[in-house]
Amino acid sequence: MASLTLNKIVKRFGSLQVISDVDLSVEKGEFVVFVGPSGCGKSTLLRMIAGLEAISGGELRIGSEVMNDVAPAQRGIAMVFQSYALYPHMSVRKNMAFALETAGLPKPEVEARVNKAAAILQIQNLLDRKPKQLSGGQRQRVAIGRAIVRDPQIFLFDEPLSNLDAELRVQMRVEIAKLHRELGATMIYVTHDQVEAMTMADKIVVLRLGKVEQIGAPLDLYNNPANQFVAGFIGSPKMNFLDATLLSSDETGSVVSLAGQSLRIPRGLAAVHEGRVQLGIRPEHAMLSSGDIALGQMEIVLVEHLGGNTLLYGKLSDGQTLTVQVEDQARLGMGDTVQIFANAARCHLFTGDGRAFAAV
Amino acid sequence: MVGAAVQRQRAGRFVAMREGYGFLLPWFAGFFGLTLGPALFSLYLSFTKYDLVSDPRWIGMANYVRIATADAKFSQAMHVTFTYVFLAVPLKLAFALSIAMILNKGLRGLPIYRALFYLPSLLGGSVAIAILWREVFSADGLFNQVLAVFGIKGIGWVTTPETALYTLVLLTIWQFGSSMIIFLAGLRQIPQDMYEAASIDGASPRRQFFKITLPLLTPVIFFNAIVQTIDAFKAFTPSFIISEGTGGPVNSTLFYTLYLFQEAFAYFRMGYASALAWVLVMIIGSFTAVSFFMSRYWVHYDE
Ligand SMILES: Nc1ncnc2c1ncn2[C@@H]1O[C@H](COP(=O)(O)OP(=O)(O)O)[C@@H](O)[C@H]1O
Ligand SMILES: [Mg+2]
Repeated sequence: MASLTLNKIVKRFGSLQVISDVDLSVEKGEFVVFVGPSGCGKSTLLRMIAGLEAISGGELRIGSEVMNDVAPAQRGIAMVFQSYALYPHMSVRKNMAFALETAGLPKPEVEARVNKAAAILQIQNLLDRKPKQLSGGQRQRVAIGRAIVRDPQIFLFDEPLSNLDAELRVQMRVEIAKLHRELGATMIYVTHDQVEAMTMADKIVVLRLGKVEQIGAPLDLYNNPANQFVAGFIGSPKMNFLDATLLSSDETGSVVSLAGQSLRIPRGLAAVHEGRVQLGIRPEHAMLSSGDIALGQMEIVLVEHLGGNTLLYGKLSDGQTLTVQVEDQARLGMGDTVQIFANAARCHLFTGDGRAFAAV
Repeated sequence: MVGAAVQRQRAGRFVAMREGYGFLLPWFAGFFGLTLGPALFSLYLSFTKYDLVSDPRWIGMANYVRIATADAKFSQAMHVTFTYVFLAVPLKLAFALSIAMILNKGLRGLPIYRALFYLPSLLGGSVAIAILWREVFSADGLFNQVLAVFGIKGIGWVTTPETALYTLVLLTIWQFGSSMIIFLAGLRQIPQDMYEAASIDGASPRRQFFKITLPLLTPVIFFNAIVQTIDAFKAFTPSFIISEGTGGPVNSTLFYTLYLFQEAFAYFRMGYASALAWVLVMIIGSFTAVSFFMSRYWVHYDE
């Protein structure tokens, strides 16, 4: 039985529709990440699940129950806010106990549950402090602790790490993933950071302008993006898109022309298609030698040495820009020219309106 | 050479300072001439007997001793003033907060309501409004005419000793506007996600009010309480107008400041009135000091 089901969920603010017909099914214990650019409706969708925003249309089920009009506290969810939303006048202990005291639990049980959550998060020594006496990372832990004590069926996180510095962000990312394994709870996690999405999710939901672009496991989205938007959004550095002309296409593959060369790509379309297409190649899949297709010569415009690998920004012979990521430290500089290759199986094709050609 | 440069710099600084003090002069003149000077002089007068005609005569602590031991009217004025302060201030603040909470719900036309509710605060201290108030609560005033519609026969509210003070309390509550505006600003400061977190935590609106709104509003409540209490201790115009300067009926509206005024300008006991004034200063001062001391136990500051 699914832990959470969204059925044609719609959200309107006045006449402005910000969420359109979202369908989603989340299994029990799954870690689902909503990802998309800022303003695409991730928070709104999460807040509808939490009960903080009214649902304009469609049906929300938690377990088997329709929850559209149920109060937030009765939905069996807990939420960790981007701002943490800790009660500033209460100690950490009081913050964590608030929901349990509100529910009228007996004192010893409240205490036991707070202590247990504090132990999980290793914040026992902070229990008597006020939020203002905590660092950002510690506040984050308290906010998560406040969710844990309620023992919810579903945890909701709204960009919980975006106020932390880079190092702490990585550390908390690992801890939240660990927490997910330990608690076995369903978690829905909102972020605009595709790295967080890739590293944490069992299932990623890519949103854009209030619509679901694709739902799938991280590597599915990486290997087989459904459209050009997902292809560009997932993966870093961003996928290269090159204007190409489609010469032929059938179920065994397609042939495109790029910068004067014909390339055979094992991706095809059901319907016949001709004309302009986009050839997609991830920077890490473009190579300086030994691929089964050749893209011709590239003049290097900029080199970024990252130590473990090197990013080459350059121009193909037809003037199109390309980013290439090579392993290790390349002894190349501005103005050098190199030959670019790729493996056809790792290339993507998109129609003019952004739909992906299917892998054959 | 270096010495000359330093000297030039010093000279420049001196000119700049002289100009600065020049600009401050009007304020200094006002402060020393009109505030500190008279205050110190009244402190001196409070140890004298002075009737404006003959020279002040030093009598030591005699005025204060009489205030403390042998002045029934002083006791009455204290009683009236404290009753007034402890009724009017909490009621006014409660009323101001209630209206602020309603306006904070996001009403359409908020600026209009805000201005309307603030209006009495601008007018309320004025003589004209006090006169109007006297008419409204007189035996055949508007208030009793409204009561008559419901078949109730009202009394002369301002002429009855048992009720006169309460009409003044009511007049004060009616001027809730400035406290309300400050409360409104305070309510706006409370982040919305506090309430969202609380509602996910299952807190009812009532619990949210007592556990979130009130605690987070304590700095503003404290500020309003101090300002309004000091104001109430100093209240003068309403009782002066409504009782026509007598503090009547039967001294039931004899505010402290009104009693002081009578001593000074009806009986010309300037020395005694000065002592009364300094007693009021001490009362307000110690009240404020105690309030600040107590505040650390109930006021939540975010810093
Ligand atoms: N209360 C609101 N009233 C009107 N528009 C809103 C409101 N909340 C969000 N929106 C709009 O809905 C869209 C989605 O917002 P949001 O869910 O916060 O995006 P995200 O979390 O993905 O950055 C945005 O265009 C935003 O301006
Ligand atoms: Mg958001």
